[in-house]
Amino acid sequence: MSVEVSAEVAAAAALTWHEVCVLADLSPERGAAALLDGVQVALFRTHDDQVYAVQQLDPYSAANVMSRGIVGSRGDVPTVASPMYKQVFDLRTGECLDAVGKEPKPLQSYAVTVVDGVVSVGLPAPGPPGGAT
Amino acid sequence: MVQPTVPRQLVVVGGGMVARRLVDALRSRDVAGQWAVTLLCEEPRAPYDRVALTSYFTGRDPDDLALGGQELWDDPLVTLRRGVAATSVDRDGHTVSTSDGRVLPYDSLVLATGSYAAVPPVPGKDLRGAFVYRTIDDVAGLRSYVENLRTEVDRPLRGAVVGGGLLGLEAAGALTALDVHTTVVEFAPRLMPLQVDEGGGEALRRLIEALGVTVRTGTATAKIVGRLGRVSRMEFAEGAPLDVDVVVFAVGVRPRDELARESGLEVGERGGVVVDDTCATSDPAVWAVGEVACIGGRTLGLVAPGYTMAEIVADRLLGGEGTFPGADLSTKLKLLGVDVASFGDAFAAEPGGLEVVISDPVAGVYKKLVMSDDARTLRGGILVGDASAYAALRPMVGRALGGDPAAYLLPEGAAPAPAGDLPDDAAVCSCNNVTAGAIRCSVTDAGCTDLAGVKACTRAGTSCGSCLPLVKRLVTTELEKSGIEVSSALCEHFELSRAQLFDVVRVQGLTTFSEIIAKHGTGRGCDICKPVIGSILASLGTGHILEGERASLQDTNDHVMANLQKDGSYSVVPRIPGGEVTPEGLIAIGEVAKDFGLYTKITGGQRIDLFGARIEQLPKIWKRLVDAGFESGHAYGKSLRTVKSCVGSTWCRYGVQDSVGLAIALELRYRGLRSPHKLKLGVSGCARECAEARGKDVGVIATDQGWNLYVGGNGGFTPRHAQLLAEDLDTETLVRTIDRFLMYYVRTADRLQRTAAWVEDHEGGLDAIRAVVLDDSLGIGADLDLAMAGHVDGYEDEWAAALDDPETLRRFGSFVNAPDQPDDTLAYVSERGQPRPATESERADSGVLIAGTTLEVRR
Repeated sequence: MSVEVSAEVAAAAALTWHEVCVLADLSPERGAAALLDGVQVALFRTHDDQVYAVQQLDPYSAANVMSRGIVGSRGDVPTVASPMYKQVFDLRTGECLDAVGKEPKPLQSYAVTVVDGVVSVGLPAPGPPGGAT
Repeated sequence: MVQPTVPRQLVVVGGGMVARRLVDALRSRDVAGQWAVTLLCEEPRAPYDRVALTSYFTGRDPDDLALGGQELWDDPLVTLRRGVAATSVDRDGHTVSTSDGRVLPYDSLVLATGSYAAVPPVPGKDLRGAFVYRTIDDVAGLRSYVENLRTEVDRPLRGAVVGGGLLGLEAAGALTALDVHTTVVEFAPRLMPLQVDEGGGEALRRLIEALGVTVRTGTATAKIVGRLGRVSRMEFAEGAPLDVDVVVFAVGVRPRDELARESGLEVGERGGVVVDDTCATSDPAVWAVGEVACIGGRTLGLVAPGYTMAEIVADRLLGGEGTFPGADLSTKLKLLGVDVASFGDAFAAEPGGLEVVISDPVAGVYKKLVMSDDARTLRGGILVGDASAYAALRPMVGRALGGDPAAYLLPEGAAPAPAGDLPDDAAVCSCNNVTAGAIRCSVTDAGCTDLAGVKACTRAGTSCGSCLPLVKRLVTTELEKSGIEVSSALCEHFELSRAQLFDVVRVQGLTTFSEIIAKHGTGRGCDICKPVIGSILASLGTGHILEGERASLQDTNDHVMANLQKDGSYSVVPRIPGGEVTPEGLIAIGEVAKDFGLYTKITGGQRIDLFGARIEQLPKIWKRLVDAGFESGHAYGKSLRTVKSCVGSTWCRYGVQDSVGLAIALELRYRGLRSPHKLKLGVSGCARECAEARGKDVGVIATDQGWNLYVGGNGGFTPRHAQLLAEDLDTETLVRTIDRFLMYYVRTADRLQRTAAWVEDHEGGLDAIRAVVLDDSLGIGADLDLAMAGHVDGYEDEWAAALDDPETLRRFGSFVNAPDQPDDTLAYVSERGQPRPATESERADSGVLIAGTTLEVRR
């Protein structure tokens, strides 16, 4: 299993890493929620066994449901569609690709590593608000 | 670019709608700059939409009445002189003198002075409080008079409108909008005598009186009595006098032909500057257009022929050969909220006409078509109360209507759309004289791709707007016909439509998404195509919806077999076939709801919805429900929802068949059937139709001889009544027919296309579908029967199966690293004794929150 670290995020200092689960706990092309220090995170395993993490809170409905969206692709971009009102987000960056007629609102994305089959998520260390990424 | 010559001078006298159209038409065609135009506009404002004057009373600003953009007046070759009138014309010297003391030379002069409102010579007509209804200033004066008066007198105000024609009813609408109790006084024996016949006038009177306006027809005003210089009472030739605070004269208009008379131009017997069919007066340098022109021996008070005249003069000034084709005096108006339309030979003046009349005083509708003596060709008509057929009918004047004329007069949707075969030369927009051909051309040649583009390009539908439905239909038809393909591709991952995809999956026997997308698509799918393929695989009976890779295709509702609610919790609906439930069943559901703290509500499909279940609670809730004998209600799926029934012959005094028994049999037969959209059925035990079966995709209504079968109904955003597919079927034939109808729909419908739209879009419509399911016209009957038999035999309860599979159950964990930990952001408050999601402000004040759904399961 290769180690997947987003370069820019890894470069950012002061991430607190949390071991979440093993890769086999995640179904391919489906999401799962995780609770890390009280923070709800949505994990996604794509068909090529990449793992991505974004916030579990759907910014449009204010419900914690992002992990229950449908995983897919737009061109080469891996995506998730909100199960609530179907906005589509880039799994890598959290960027909103289709706001379905609303103002685009991004998701917070998190660094993920998979080492020896163990999935870890890096959360920004507690600091001033907005200090993430 | 250097102008070849100094431009010639055109002076247009008058600042109305027709004058503006003339300048607009000339400037858009005169690319070489042959003419410089001066527009003398007596009113202190640029030309405005006089037709919409009354909207000034409903809160619109005068600026909203502007016609087109400011660009025209910014054109260096156009000079707009506001507040300046022409005072005399020197035809020998080719000059016009103006009210501000100038003398303007002209090479050509256009008289577009319009009309003034006529005031009958009754005593008292000049008292304060007597108005005419013609300009923004008239209307503004009327409004401020009424508003001032209201502050002085402490009682409801009363007004009268003299004249029950088009303008009079407009004025009555304006007074009513000002909260003045209004009486319309008309000399003729009916309202709108020039547009509608006696029957139409009666219908109109009833509709208008229902709005609180009093109508006095056949009444001549004798005098207006004043008090302190203001109107206070009207007296009539016959009948009781009427106390009034304000009077509006709307008895008609007279052409403003003074300039022509004084300069020696020929004028008509009843006024108006005499012009030939090129709009030229007796002086070749002088033209007249609009209401001031006397063309073919009469003046015309409508904007559409005025526009035509403006176009002709613009054309002639540039060396063209245009002539006046004769006026289309069709009108469609909304007066006081009442639709009135009249078109063609509305009074059957031409000999040998046949009249087809539908008069329904209860519905407040009067409709008449005038046909040729062989009942084939439409000559004209009158529509009062419902003028929805106007857009389709008016362009057909002088043409064969095709079919029974009465069909065109039936209400809403019943009128067939002749748009497809409308001849190219048929005028669709009579205000702007746009033909069907021009609209088609704007799509095919000018490249317009939507209604807005076509409106901008052709001006169709930009004046009164009554033709817009027809324009839209023409545009859509043309877009579909021409190169602009209305793509049937499912999404960026599949070029195929759902029906095509269904066929390849079925024929090639594909069973996984990976296989299907590798063979027929690109990428890794999305929230459009994945659920479609999940549904197709389920329809083909290839196993549990959550088996293996298939789970990843499902929308969250199908994925957890419950319905996602706004806060991220789910609702649970156990199946209650036919709406029949035992007391024990009710108690079991009640206990589950109580133990899990769920909100309960009866659904429209005769079952019970339990709200507020967290994802990790769903298996525990379903364990209890399955143990109590319930199964999945598929409320979450694009699949059969319910078969609603009335109580039927078992209990009902009127029932003729056992509707509950049939509903249960049908619900158990089709439960779990995945389809392009949700499916709802209904069974009524007699013609009283208490199950509302005709509002369902498949509706069955009992008869003495058997069952009548209706298909293609639905509620929702676009409600449809189901249509009769077959009558008096025995139960066996009924079930086989429904089997085939549903399976044929499942195979061939588009994604999220309900049966109503599918029937409508199906080539040949309901008749063709009837041939397939009853007469086996495609020879696929046995195949459809076999497919349905496979579904019935292969059915298993999704929830029972899931509870037996630890791998599936694992998906219901709340968090992958804490599967039993509830989402602590869910919060509820109590309302009417049940939980509901807390609002944002209630969350901020956490004191009001209740335990909600966190109670532990007993037993």
